[in-house]
Amino acid sequence: MSLPFLWGVFGVNMNVWLDAFVRLQLVVVVMTVTVMGLIYLERKFVGRLQMRLGPMRTGPFGTLQSIADALKLLTKEDLRPSTADFWLFEIAPYVTFVPVFMTLLALPFMDGWFVRDLQLGLFYIVAISGVTVIGYLMAGWASDNKYALLGAVRSAAQLISYEIPLILGVLAVSIVAGSLNLNAIILQQDTVPNLVLQPLPFIILLTAILAELSRRPFDIPIGESELVGGPWVEYSGIRWSIIFALTEYAGLWGFAVLGSLVFLGGWEWPFGTRSFWGDYDFVYQLFLVFTKSFFIILTMMWISATFPRLRIDQLMSFCWKILLPFGFFQVIINGIVVTYKPSEELRDVLLFLTSSALLVAMSLAIYLATRQPSREERVGKLLASRSAQ
Amino acid sequence: MADMTTEHELDTIDVNVNIGPQHPATHGVFRMVLVIDGEEVVDLVPHIGYMHRGAEKLSENMDYRQAIGYQDRTEYLAQFNAEMCYVQAVEKLAGLVPPDRAQYIRVILAELNRISSHFMFLGAFGTDLGVFGTAFTYAFRERENVLDLFEEVTGDRLMYAYFRPGGVAWDVPRDFKERVEWVCENALVGAMDLDKLLTDNEIFIMRTRGIGILNAQDAIDYGATGPVLRASGVQHDLRRAEPYSIYDRFDFEIPIGTNGDSYDRYLVRLAEIRESVKIVRQALAQMPEGPILPERMPRLLRPAAGEVYMRCENPRGEYGIYLVSTGGTQPYRLRIRSSCFCNLSALKHMTVGHYVADAVTILGSIDIVLCEVDR
Repeated sequence: MSLPFLWGVFGVNMNVWLDAFVRLQLVVVVMTVTVMGLIYLERKFVGRLQMRLGPMRTGPFGTLQSIADALKLLTKEDLRPSTADFWLFEIAPYVTFVPVFMTLLALPFMDGWFVRDLQLGLFYIVAISGVTVIGYLMAGWASDNKYALLGAVRSAAQLISYEIPLILGVLAVSIVAGSLNLNAIILQQDTVPNLVLQPLPFIILLTAILAELSRRPFDIPIGESELVGGPWVEYSGIRWSIIFALTEYAGLWGFAVLGSLVFLGGWEWPFGTRSFWGDYDFVYQLFLVFTKSFFIILTMMWISATFPRLRIDQLMSFCWKILLPFGFFQVIINGIVVTYKPSEELRDVLLFLTSSALLVAMSLAIYLATRQPSREERVGKLLASRSAQ
Repeated sequence: MADMTTEHELDTIDVNVNIGPQHPATHGVFRMVLVIDGEEVVDLVPHIGYMHRGAEKLSENMDYRQAIGYQDRTEYLAQFNAEMCYVQAVEKLAGLVPPDRAQYIRVILAELNRISSHFMFLGAFGTDLGVFGTAFTYAFRERENVLDLFEEVTGDRLMYAYFRPGGVAWDVPRDFKERVEWVCENALVGAMDLDKLLTDNEIFIMRTRGIGILNAQDAIDYGATGPVLRASGVQHDLRRAEPYSIYDRFDFEIPIGTNGDSYDRYLVRLAEIRESVKIVRQALAQMPEGPILPERMPRLLRPAAGEVYMRCENPRGEYGIYLVSTGGTQPYRLRIRSSCFCNLSALKHMTVGHYVADAVTILGSIDIVLCEVDR
């Protein structure tokens, strides 16, 4: 175990339940701090993209803004519409949050450090995160509000649809790794990360994560300019902060860590299992995992800040007509390659080639499906009509 | 089994969804009731009148000069254009001829106001489509430049009341030309930035192209004017069709669209920013020195009995002022022809059959100012 300072404090042979409990608390603390950091990061980063400073007044460079926001949300009145369904309305935020938190339990953040090392870790994460949609539906139904109901129905359609590309994305990798255990998947990436072998599933996963988290450009259930907040329109105060701050950002972080472990090699790549500082290797391992997950997070924030929102039918056809078929192709091809591989070296080359070819094909399909008249055609018409005067 | 399914087919009902008057998509206090079947809009009932302040009636109880302020408050995104229309109506009625310099100042400020108004549209349209504020901040950066200039010229950022019958209130600051040139350069950069951000964005095109099509005949039938009409392919611009003020002295083009959809309305406005910059630059080059008010200016305007209708090309379309004088110091009747009111009347025609999200896009693409609709 590579957390010597902790083990020293609690003694070597801890009770297995106590051990799990301590790890759980650590995850809670790290998650809370990360969520606050992420909110600050998003405000600063998006602010930069939009040529403004972001929060500046609360603390140095606005660093205390998240804490101020949290305090404000905690002290706000917890409103509930009189016509709302009491129990569903009260429970819905927890139903959305708990699955997101439970996905964090199976994530190995560094070598040998996790709350539980599950043999079917990947399966568990994908399965548990799918429960979130029930919370959305509960909230939308219980709020007795048409915006909320519309948002809930939209989110049910979206989250369930995008669950499948998400599964296909990680399934393709698990076929390559030959395991559903996250530790095993990371350990086989010591020289080449899965991103190189499987670029298409990475793109599919990234898209599916954006949709699963209802982040722009897939924030159709929330739809600020149409549905004013979707299922959460009637929530306020602490309940809203559980949904918004905790669920959204903890989910973002959890999925980003998952992506970095499954595709970017976690702590294994690029240094392998080399030991630099003996017992203190966890420092660089943690650093690697966080760097990679923040790379994914910043990519998602960048996408979120610059793209308009899709429409529900466009979102669905993108899932079912583009992501899903190509995901299936990848899984089938991976199965064939892994089963009938001529040799180990050729296997990696074949995986890389097929996945890249599929990625190109998918890009082409997207281009053909959404093909628009070229810029010259569009703006040229405008210019031509001008001189007709 | 086939019979079973048809027999037990679930009945669905259309749901009324109320959007507005307090809603981020309604740009003010507009209310529309959408009748939706799932996600599809089956019917749309617009409700207006929340911003009615009786600007017309109030103006009838005021001196001709006092009513200028009400033009600002009526069309609060293109104040100079509205003022220009009003003061020209009064001038026509009173037989005043403003000196050249005042005319040029008016045209420059009105065109800059068109730029700021269109930037407001571009930013708000991006937000309607779900761009998380990026288009908004890009557009507002340029709008701020223009407003800063207006503040320096008029002393106010929103309610200028700077144009007067016969000319303008006072002369422009000494560094006016340099400031305007700087604003123009920045406006072009801002237009380019927004162009890069939105025009070729696949999702943006998917969300706007073919959405809310208004063909040329329908646009004319609904009385649509301005960019909404021109996006439908009708080349009608009052600055060219019946040049008022000194618009016949400038060389500019009238961008028109081909499909009449939301995307064309966006493109037309983007192109109009560039054309307005062209006009401003020409006006700057031609602007003479001289007085800003006629030499013989009556202290109290008492136009002879008569009536006059003046119409101008505002950023949102044709803005008309109908003035009736019975010879007193106050107009007997003032009527404002609202451009947005007519454009808005085509909303139902454009929206029905599209999705809920498209209703917001289409409403945004009309670019309404509710104060002007309700007056």
